[in-house]
Amino acid sequence: MSNEPIQKVSIIISRGALEGVYPGLIMANGARAEGIEANLFFTFFGLDVINKKRHESIKLATVGNPGLHLATWVGGFPGMSTLMTHYMEHQMEKLDIPSIPEFVEMIADTGAGIYACKASVDMFGLEKNDFIEQVQDIITVGEFYEKAAGGQIIFT
Amino acid sequence: MTTTIIAGHDVEVNEEGFFVHPEQWTEDMAPDLARTEGIDPLTERHWQVIHFMRKEYDEKGTGPTVRVLGKTSGVSVKELYELFPKGPAKVAAKIAGIPKPRGCI
Repeated sequence: MSNEPIQKVSIIISRGALEGVYPGLIMANGARAEGIEANLFFTFFGLDVINKKRHESIKLATVGNPGLHLATWVGGFPGMSTLMTHYMEHQMEKLDIPSIPEFVEMIADTGAGIYACKASVDMFGLEKNDFIEQVQDIITVGEFYEKAAGGQIIFT
Repeated sequence: MTTTIIAGHDVEVNEEGFFVHPEQWTEDMAPDLARTEGIDPLTERHWQVIHFMRKEYDEKGTGPTVRVLGKTSGVSVKELYELFPKGPAKVAAKIAGIPKPRGCI
Protein backbone atom coordinates (compact mmCIF):
# COMPACT_ATOMS: atom_id res chain seq x y z
CA MET A 1 0.00 0.00 0.00
CA SER A 2 1.22 3.48 -0.79
CA ASN A 3 0.82 6.44 1.52
CA GLU A 4 -1.39 8.33 -0.92
CA PRO A 5 -3.78 10.64 0.96
CA ILE A 6 -7.36 9.33 1.22
CA GLN A 7 -9.57 11.12 -1.32
CA LYS A 8 -12.97 9.68 -0.55
CA VAL A 9 -14.79 7.69 2.14
CA SER A 10 -18.22 6.08 2.30
CA ILE A 11 -19.36 5.42 5.85
CA ILE A 12 -22.14 3.00 6.74
CA ILE A 13 -24.03 3.59 9.99
CA SER A 14 -25.97 0.46 10.91
CA ARG A 15 -26.73 1.02 14.59
CA GLY A 16 -29.36 3.07 16.34
CA ALA A 17 -27.72 3.51 19.75
CA LEU A 18 -25.99 6.75 20.66
CA GLU A 19 -22.57 5.10 20.99
CA GLY A 20 -23.07 3.37 17.65
CA VAL A 21 -23.98 6.55 15.80
CA TYR A 22 -21.49 9.23 16.87
CA PRO A 23 -18.30 7.53 15.63
CA GLY A 24 -19.59 7.39 12.04
CA LEU A 25 -20.81 10.99 12.20
CA ILE A 26 -17.50 12.21 13.59
CA MET A 27 -15.59 10.33 10.90
CA ALA A 28 -17.77 11.75 8.12
CA ASN A 29 -17.53 15.30 9.42
CA GLY A 30 -13.80 14.92 10.02
CA ALA A 31 -13.29 13.65 6.49
CA ARG A 32 -15.00 16.73 5.03
CA ALA A 33 -12.95 19.00 7.30
CA GLU A 34 -9.83 17.48 5.73
CA GLY A 35 -11.20 18.06 2.26
CA ILE A 36 -12.01 14.36 1.77
CA GLU A 37 -15.18 13.54 -0.15
CA ALA A 38 -17.69 11.71 2.10
CA ASN A 39 -20.93 9.74 1.81
CA LEU A 40 -23.06 8.54 4.71
CA PHE A 41 -25.24 5.48 4.19
CA PHE A 42 -27.81 4.63 6.88
CA THR A 43 -29.03 1.07 7.20
CA PHE A 44 -31.02 -1.04 9.71
CA PHE A 45 -31.44 0.79 13.03
CA GLY A 46 -29.07 3.45 11.77
CA LEU A 47 -32.14 4.74 9.91
CA ASP A 48 -33.32 6.26 13.21
CA VAL A 49 -30.64 8.92 12.75
CA ILE A 50 -32.44 10.31 9.70
CA ASN A 51 -35.99 9.44 10.77
CA LYS A 52 -37.89 12.67 11.56
CA LYS A 53 -39.83 11.01 14.38
CA ARG A 54 -36.84 9.34 16.00
CA HIS A 55 -33.67 11.35 15.43
CA GLU A 56 -34.14 13.43 18.57
CA SER A 57 -34.56 10.44 20.86
CA ILE A 58 -31.54 8.24 20.15
CA LYS A 59 -30.39 6.60 23.35
CA LEU A 60 -27.32 5.06 24.85
CA ALA A 61 -27.58 1.27 25.24
CA THR A 62 -27.45 0.44 28.93
CA VAL A 63 -28.21 -3.26 28.52
CA GLY A 64 -25.67 -5.53 26.86
CA ASN A 65 -23.08 -2.78 26.97
CA PRO A 66 -20.12 -3.97 29.05
CA GLY A 67 -18.28 -0.72 28.32
CA LEU A 68 -20.50 1.03 30.85
CA HIS A 69 -19.32 -1.26 33.67
CA LEU A 70 -22.82 -1.43 35.12
CA ALA A 71 -24.36 -4.58 36.56
CA THR A 72 -26.74 -6.01 33.95
CA TRP A 73 -29.80 -5.69 36.21
CA VAL A 74 -28.97 -2.02 36.90
CA GLY A 75 -28.75 -1.31 33.16
CA GLY A 76 -32.23 -2.75 32.71
CA PHE A 77 -33.79 -0.55 35.38
CA PRO A 78 -36.69 1.55 34.02
CA GLY A 79 -35.45 4.96 32.91
CA MET A 80 -31.79 3.94 33.11
CA SER A 81 -31.14 4.40 29.40
CA THR A 82 -32.76 7.85 29.44
CA LEU A 83 -30.75 8.86 32.50
CA MET A 84 -27.43 7.69 31.07
CA THR A 85 -28.26 9.33 27.74
CA HIS A 86 -28.90 12.66 29.47
CA TYR A 87 -25.63 12.33 31.34
CA MET A 88 -23.73 11.55 28.15
CA GLU A 89 -25.40 14.41 26.26
CA HIS A 90 -24.48 16.77 29.08
CA GLN A 91 -20.84 15.67 28.90
CA MET A 92 -20.81 16.14 25.14
CA GLU A 93 -22.43 19.55 25.36
CA LYS A 94 -19.60 20.66 27.64
CA LEU A 95 -17.18 19.70 24.87
CA ASP A 96 -19.39 21.49 22.33
CA ILE A 97 -20.21 18.26 20.48
CA PRO A 98 -23.49 18.84 18.62
CA SER A 99 -26.64 16.79 19.17
CA ILE A 100 -27.31 14.08 16.56
CA PRO A 101 -29.92 16.09 14.55
CA GLU A 102 -27.69 19.17 14.51
CA PHE A 103 -24.64 17.10 13.59
CA VAL A 104 -26.37 15.43 10.63
CA GLU A 105 -27.58 18.81 9.37
CA MET A 106 -24.05 20.18 9.63
CA ILE A 107 -22.57 17.17 7.81
CA ALA A 108 -25.08 17.67 4.99
CA ASP A 109 -24.01 21.33 4.83
CA THR A 110 -20.39 20.26 4.38
CA GLY A 111 -21.46 18.69 1.09
CA ALA A 112 -21.42 15.05 2.22
CA GLY A 113 -23.96 12.71 0.61
CA ILE A 114 -26.70 11.36 2.92
CA TYR A 115 -28.45 8.15 1.81
CA ALA A 116 -30.91 5.61 3.21
CA CYS A 117 -30.67 1.88 2.49
CA LYS A 118 -33.59 0.67 0.40
CA ALA A 119 -33.77 -2.83 1.91
CA SER A 120 -34.05 -1.41 5.44
CA VAL A 121 -36.50 1.31 4.41
CA ASP A 122 -38.76 -1.35 2.85
CA MET A 123 -38.35 -3.66 5.82
CA PHE A 124 -39.44 -1.00 8.33
CA GLY A 125 -42.28 0.15 6.05
CA LEU A 126 -40.86 3.66 5.71
CA GLU A 127 -40.87 6.10 2.80
CA LYS A 128 -39.01 9.21 1.67
CA ASN A 129 -41.14 11.66 3.64
CA ASP A 130 -40.41 9.85 6.90
CA PHE A 131 -36.88 11.15 6.61
CA ILE A 132 -35.26 14.50 7.28
CA GLU A 133 -34.87 16.74 4.23
CA GLN A 134 -31.09 16.22 4.12
CA VAL A 135 -31.56 12.65 2.86
CA GLN A 136 -30.74 12.81 -0.82
CA ASP A 137 -32.03 9.45 -1.87
CA ILE A 138 -33.06 5.92 -0.91
CA ILE A 139 -30.59 3.66 -2.68
CA THR A 140 -29.90 -0.03 -3.21
CA VAL A 141 -26.72 -1.73 -2.13
CA GLY A 142 -25.60 -1.75 -5.76
CA GLU A 143 -26.09 2.00 -6.04
CA PHE A 144 -24.18 2.41 -2.80
CA TYR A 145 -21.17 0.61 -4.29
CA GLU A 146 -21.39 2.84 -7.36
CA LYS A 147 -21.32 5.93 -5.16
CA ALA A 148 -18.47 4.47 -3.09
CA ALA A 149 -16.37 3.73 -6.18
CA GLY A 150 -12.79 4.92 -5.98
CA GLY A 151 -12.88 5.42 -2.20
CA GLN A 152 -12.70 3.61 1.12
CA ILE A 153 -15.73 1.98 2.76
CA ILE A 154 -16.12 2.10 6.54
CA PHE A 155 -18.77 0.03 8.30
CA THR A 156 -19.91 1.10 11.75
CA MET B 1 10.57 22.76 9.09
CA THR B 2 11.62 24.71 6.04
CA THR B 3 12.08 28.31 5.13
CA THR B 4 10.13 29.51 2.15
CA ILE B 5 9.56 32.87 0.49
CA ILE B 6 6.00 34.18 0.49
CA ALA B 7 5.23 37.58 -1.08
CA GLY B 8 8.93 38.43 -0.80
CA HIS B 9 9.28 37.54 2.89
CA ASP B 10 11.25 34.65 4.42
CA VAL B 11 8.83 32.50 6.38
CA GLU B 12 9.24 29.28 8.36
CA VAL B 13 6.61 26.60 7.65
CA ASN B 14 6.14 23.00 8.82
CA GLU B 15 5.89 19.87 6.60
CA GLU B 16 2.22 20.57 5.90
CA GLY B 17 2.82 24.21 4.99
CA PHE B 18 1.48 25.81 8.18
CA PHE B 19 3.29 28.79 9.69
CA VAL B 20 5.62 27.94 12.56
CA HIS B 21 5.62 31.57 13.74
CA PRO B 22 2.17 33.14 13.15
CA GLU B 23 3.65 36.55 13.95
CA GLN B 24 5.61 36.34 10.67
CA TRP B 25 2.32 36.54 8.75
CA THR B 26 1.22 39.74 7.04
CA GLU B 27 -1.93 40.36 5.02
CA ASP B 28 -0.06 40.74 1.74
CA MET B 29 0.96 37.06 1.98
CA ALA B 30 -2.63 35.80 1.96
CA PRO B 31 -3.26 36.00 -1.81
CA ASP B 32 -0.09 33.96 -2.53
CA LEU B 33 -0.95 31.42 0.16
CA ALA B 34 -4.49 31.15 -1.22
CA ARG B 35 -3.24 30.56 -4.76
CA THR B 36 -1.16 27.62 -3.52
CA GLU B 37 -4.43 26.19 -2.15
CA GLY B 38 -6.20 26.72 -5.47
CA ILE B 39 -8.17 29.79 -4.32
CA ASP B 40 -7.91 32.81 -6.58
CA PRO B 41 -8.96 35.56 -6.09
CA LEU B 42 -9.67 36.07 -2.38
CA THR B 43 -13.11 37.63 -2.02
CA GLU B 44 -14.44 39.79 0.78
CA ARG B 45 -16.10 36.64 2.24
CA HIS B 46 -12.77 34.80 2.29
CA TRP B 47 -11.24 37.77 4.11
CA GLN B 48 -14.03 37.73 6.68
CA VAL B 49 -13.05 34.15 7.54
CA ILE B 50 -9.30 34.88 7.48
CA HIS B 51 -9.67 37.85 9.84
CA PHE B 52 -11.85 35.76 12.11
CA MET B 53 -9.20 33.00 12.20
CA ARG B 54 -6.53 35.52 13.21
CA LYS B 55 -8.76 37.01 15.89
CA GLU B 56 -9.62 33.59 17.38
CA TYR B 57 -5.99 32.58 17.34
CA ASP B 58 -4.89 35.80 19.05
CA GLU B 59 -7.54 35.37 21.74
CA LYS B 60 -7.41 31.62 22.31
CA GLY B 61 -4.04 30.48 21.02
CA THR B 62 -5.65 28.01 18.63
CA GLY B 63 -7.66 28.22 15.42
CA PRO B 64 -11.42 27.50 15.39
CA THR B 65 -12.96 24.28 14.04
CA VAL B 66 -15.49 24.32 11.18
CA ARG B 67 -18.33 24.10 13.69
CA VAL B 68 -17.11 27.14 15.62
CA LEU B 69 -16.55 29.00 12.36
CA GLY B 70 -20.09 28.18 11.23
CA LYS B 71 -21.58 29.36 14.50
CA THR B 72 -19.58 32.52 15.11
CA SER B 73 -17.79 33.83 12.02
CA GLY B 74 -20.91 35.07 10.27
CA VAL B 75 -20.34 32.60 7.41
CA SER B 76 -22.47 29.41 7.35
CA VAL B 77 -20.99 25.91 7.15
CA LYS B 78 -22.39 25.55 3.64
CA GLU B 79 -20.76 28.76 2.43
CA LEU B 80 -17.51 27.93 4.24
CA TYR B 81 -17.19 24.78 2.13
CA GLU B 82 -17.98 26.77 -1.01
CA LEU B 83 -15.25 29.28 -0.15
CA PHE B 84 -12.70 26.65 0.98
CA PRO B 85 -13.67 23.35 -0.68
CA LYS B 86 -10.63 21.49 0.63
CA GLY B 87 -11.62 22.01 4.28
CA PRO B 88 -12.50 25.47 5.66
CA ALA B 89 -10.77 25.37 9.06
CA LYS B 90 -7.62 23.75 7.70
CA VAL B 91 -7.22 25.81 4.53
CA ALA B 92 -8.25 29.12 6.10
CA ALA B 93 -5.77 28.50 8.93
CA LYS B 94 -3.00 27.98 6.39
CA ILE B 95 -3.90 31.17 4.51
CA ALA B 96 -4.21 33.09 7.80
CA GLY B 97 -0.75 31.91 8.88
CA ILE B 98 -1.86 30.12 12.05
CA PRO B 99 -1.36 26.47 13.14
CA LYS B 100 -3.74 23.77 11.97
CA PRO B 101 -6.79 23.55 14.29
CA ARG B 102 -6.79 20.24 16.17
CA GLY B 103 -10.46 19.70 17.10
CA CYS B 104 -12.24 16.45 16.17
CA ILE B 105 -15.63 18.04 15.50
